[in-house]
Amino acid sequence: MSETRLGKDLIRNKWLYLMILPVLVYYVMFHYVPMYGAIIAFKQYVPSKGIWGSEWIGFENFQDFFSSIYFFRVIKNTVLLSLYNLLFGFPAPIILALLLNELKSSVFRRITQTITYMPHFITLVVVAGIIRYFTLSDGLINDVIAFFGGERIAFLQQPESFRAIYVISEIWQQIGWGTIIYLAAISGIDQQQYEAAKIDGATKLRQIWHITLPGILPTVMIMLILALGNLMNVGFEKIILLYSASIYETADVISTYVYRKGILEFDYGYSTAVGVFNSVINFGILLLANYFSKRVSQNSLW
Amino acid sequence: MNKTSVGERLFDWTNMAVMTVLIVATLYPMLYILFSSLSDGNRLISFDGILLWPQGFSLDGYKAVFSNATFLQAFKNTFFVLIVGLTVNLSLTAFGAYFLSRDGVLLGKPIMFMIVFTMFFQGGLVPFYLIVKEYGLLNSLWALILPSAVSTFNLIIMRTYFQSIPKELEESAFLDGAGHYKILFSVFIPLSMPVIAVMILYYGVGHWNSWFSAMIFLRDQELFPVQLVVRNILLENDNANMIGTSTLQHSQSVAETLKYAAIMVTTAPILLLYPFLQKYFVKGVMVGALKG
Repeated sequence: MSETRLGKDLIRNKWLYLMILPVLVYYVMFHYVPMYGAIIAFKQYVPSKGIWGSEWIGFENFQDFFSSIYFFRVIKNTVLLSLYNLLFGFPAPIILALLLNELKSSVFRRITQTITYMPHFITLVVVAGIIRYFTLSDGLINDVIAFFGGERIAFLQQPESFRAIYVISEIWQQIGWGTIIYLAAISGIDQQQYEAAKIDGATKLRQIWHITLPGILPTVMIMLILALGNLMNVGFEKIILLYSASIYETADVISTYVYRKGILEFDYGYSTAVGVFNSVINFGILLLANYFSKRVSQNSLW
Repeated sequence: MNKTSVGERLFDWTNMAVMTVLIVATLYPMLYILFSSLSDGNRLISFDGILLWPQGFSLDGYKAVFSNATFLQAFKNTFFVLIVGLTVNLSLTAFGAYFLSRDGVLLGKPIMFMIVFTMFFQGGLVPFYLIVKEYGLLNSLWALILPSAVSTFNLIIMRTYFQSIPKELEESAFLDGAGHYKILFSVFIPLSMPVIAVMILYYGVGHWNSWFSAMIFLRDQELFPVQLVVRNILLENDNANMIGTSTLQHSQSVAETLKYAAIMVTTAPILLLYPFLQKYFVKGVMVGALKG
């Protein structure tokens, strides 16, 4: 019965299905086949046998990772870098959006928006280049430090400065762009509330605290869930452009470790296992964050 | 009635001051690159402190970029990826969005689920790399085009836009005997120029700024796109073969400004276009957020 229904539908909409066919082929070839290819996490990968022919070894790759000296280090670095980024990088665009909204001059507001959105479009290659030149021991930042009588430090060679460099440059690049969604939420707030508050003599700060913030809270919660879901997902692009063996101690995260082990050292099965481990943890955190948000504020992704 | 209190004025002035600091902090790194690229290399090397204007004036860095064979080849490669890539991106995204915006197609929902699922689960870097290799795309510019042919995020933006097009237009076209392809190209596409602009920008900036795929998939330098060449110059000081000058001192001087000129040449096209296109980018974020 249902088969004939499907058959009829396929015939009736054949031109539509023909349209989606190349898109489906793309998703199968470049998303689902690699997803299935992740089974090499459970295999002893041998190039001559390929992904499908290599032998199963169960959880051996995972056990190797759990007992490796890098296990603790990459997890700690990933979590810390992410937490710092969340702690400073998440509120930054919210604060900027609140301040932009209070600017009296709309021309000045538009100029600020246009300029702060710009870094979002600069490629990471260039951002990393700028960071590198500015933090050199004879670079701009050290020139300023030396001018005030401080000591010159080659920041990018210091394990203890890496997290600050990462988070500050992240804020520099994304703070403006991040405001778009909050500004939209602010513009949806009923203006009469502000009129009423003004008549009651509420100050600017009180208006922000009692009207604007509660007004954008649902948006903030959704963005927070998404950010938490990405907590263990520190991207490798910026880090591999910036780090060097001398700062692996703080800069080496799960994704950079996977990149080095897999792409540079050809340890395919092992690095895939590390990646799979990471995805599972990520998805778990996303579910948890979603669950708590649902309980606490009735906002959730699904 | 409209009198502002002292506290309120203080708030406004502090706010303006904070914004001004932010503007300076955002712009200065970019201005620094611009000033350095226009400077005389020798004077730039010996310069200490905050650069507020070019040190001397010289276009040697730009001349070195534009007279260099590696760079010119890299521009050709990037333009190839940009043009062919955009064509593939736009056609597949439009086909996908049109299909997914239809009601009453039996497999519509399962296919939508299958596509959105990939936003939450991926195979990971290494299986992806191995599969692309198995398809024989290694060391080919197609490795920069096919694996990123459709962005799920962009597909959903376009579908949302298509869903907002009034059904009556489509129905009257149907009554006139038009098929799906005719409706897509002569009804939907002409009505969707704003969202197509967003697509061109998002995909285009993606291609222009991309370097990582090129780094892992390409071996021959003749195939490198611009950003990968810039990366090698900036991070590995791989500019020895970039400069064909006679004296050591002169080549050091050019090497210094070449780095900055290379950054300018690859970044300026986007930054110069961007203020005119800002509203389209912002629109893209908004449409995406509604669904996402």
